[in-house]
Amino acid sequence: MIWNPDCETLDRPGLNGLQGERLGRLVDVLFRRVPFYRRKMEEKGVKPGDVQEIGDIAKLPFTTKDEMRDVYPYGLLAVALPEIVEIHTSSGTTGKPVVDAYTRCDIEVWSEVMARTLSAGGTTRHDIVQNAYGYGLFTGGLGVHYGARRIGATVIPISGGNTKRQLAVLRDFASTVLTCTPSYSLFLAEAAREEGLDLRGVGLKAGFFGAEPWSESMRTEIESKLGALAIDIYGLTEIIGPGVATECEHQDGLHISEDHFYPEVIDPLTERILPDGEKGELVITTLTKEGTPLLRYRTRDITYLDHSPCPCGRTTVRMHRVLGRTDDMLIIRGVNVFPSQIEEVILSVDGVEPHYQLVVERRDQLDELEVQVEMNEKLFSDEIKGLEKMERKIEADLYAGLNIHTRVKLVEPKSIARSEGKAKRIIDRRLE
Amino acid sequence: MSVRQISIFLQNTKGRLAEVTRLLAARKINIRALSLADTADFGVLRIIVNDPDACLAALKESGIVAQETEVLAVEIEDRPGGLERVLAVLDAAGLNVEYMYAYVEKAKDNAIMICRIDDRERAARVLVENGIGTLTAEALTTL
Repeated sequence: MIWNPDCETLDRPGLNGLQGERLGRLVDVLFRRVPFYRRKMEEKGVKPGDVQEIGDIAKLPFTTKDEMRDVYPYGLLAVALPEIVEIHTSSGTTGKPVVDAYTRCDIEVWSEVMARTLSAGGTTRHDIVQNAYGYGLFTGGLGVHYGARRIGATVIPISGGNTKRQLAVLRDFASTVLTCTPSYSLFLAEAAREEGLDLRGVGLKAGFFGAEPWSESMRTEIESKLGALAIDIYGLTEIIGPGVATECEHQDGLHISEDHFYPEVIDPLTERILPDGEKGELVITTLTKEGTPLLRYRTRDITYLDHSPCPCGRTTVRMHRVLGRTDDMLIIRGVNVFPSQIEEVILSVDGVEPHYQLVVERRDQLDELEVQVEMNEKLFSDEIKGLEKMERKIEADLYAGLNIHTRVKLVEPKSIARSEGKAKRIIDRRLE
Repeated sequence: MSVRQISIFLQNTKGRLAEVTRLLAARKINIRALSLADTADFGVLRIIVNDPDACLAALKESGIVAQETEVLAVEIEDRPGGLERVLAVLDAAGLNVEYMYAYVEKAKDNAIMICRIDDRERAARVLVENGIGTLTAEALTTL
């Protein structure tokens, strides 16, 4: 269901016209009110009058997360503080948190784009939305809350955690929509099974999952355990929170609300803007944001864009589900490779477990990528040729899928170091 | 007719084989025959031991990937042409030998070869029909 057909099905010339107009206004405001941006624009030699249409965006400077941290907490404010009605921040696990300050109008936009998101997965005013995203500084909880309120659905603001209560609410209130991280949905399904409750029977029709990377195979698992449509949603605190992009019922790429968030995909090294289909770093400009607007914010998320028409009728550009982070990107003989892509290929081989490591070396001036895969009881064969065949098969699959030559090496179980939480996947010896 | 062989996955790293043999020695497991096949990256150690169950348990506890395979212990006359005769019989029956290695001890005057053959049961039958003996696990351990 399309929440706002006027905006979501606007034709390309209309959309680009609107974007250009909004960008011009934004640049003007930033130049006058935010010294940080005025300085950056002056450094690039751009003046407000230079931006007339959306194509002029290429003249504008980028914004990075580090720069946002440098001006913490109020350095990006484009309005006077009394205009701000709400503040969220990122968790700050990797440094100082980044700040998103919302005006009343920003909250309206957030509610609107989240209403689009929830509607795209079929939510209506008749639904009961069990919102298991955390409420608080994290944008997930309130973002979903505002969107569901805008639609007129019934929100249960249960927030994250307390699995027993989640299950009781699911069962007793017969929630029809679940919103949480994808991994928590599987955790809930598992906990339900232990209590003898089959989540497929409670009447869930859709789940909106985001805030962490997940895969197509995980979607299949979630949908079979919940008996509901699993919709991938995308957003980030710096931009607004959830609501930047969402899948529709066709689950083939995420529609970006590009009348509010203008997307570009660039080569993270050369900063060149890439055409549709080419993978690179997603860059977003907040066209309508008032509190803390951002010009060409480098998300570090890797994806590609697709402007082709979607059968759902929306005309907005779609982004592929996030493929990885620029921090993890490897360049092997000029080809960009993300660990997530390699993971997808090797996990599709029967019996392979998600324990692998990538070792990059340079031999005779050429990059070589070794993919170490841990052996296990299921994979093991008594015959050398069977094991070698498996190595060659994974190499062939990687070449077919990613167009890179690799050397697959089977290693003993537990020989790849397990760190707390995130495993160390990449050893780049070219840097040594 | 068949004998239990244990196959172990080993990474090609210094001292790895010694670590495995040390583990087996500590559990008083006696290796009666052994073969090591390897590639640049890894090796497969195949052993016949006195107590396969204890051996598998010890390996599993240490997180080593191992697998049990049924193989044949074939008696071979200890004279020139002894092995040739066995292989000729198998070849005539269209049976493939995946790999083979020698057993430490002899059965009376005969040498013993451990053989992995693609169709083990038929191979045992064909060998018997041609007067070539295979040893049971019990017979092997009492040598």
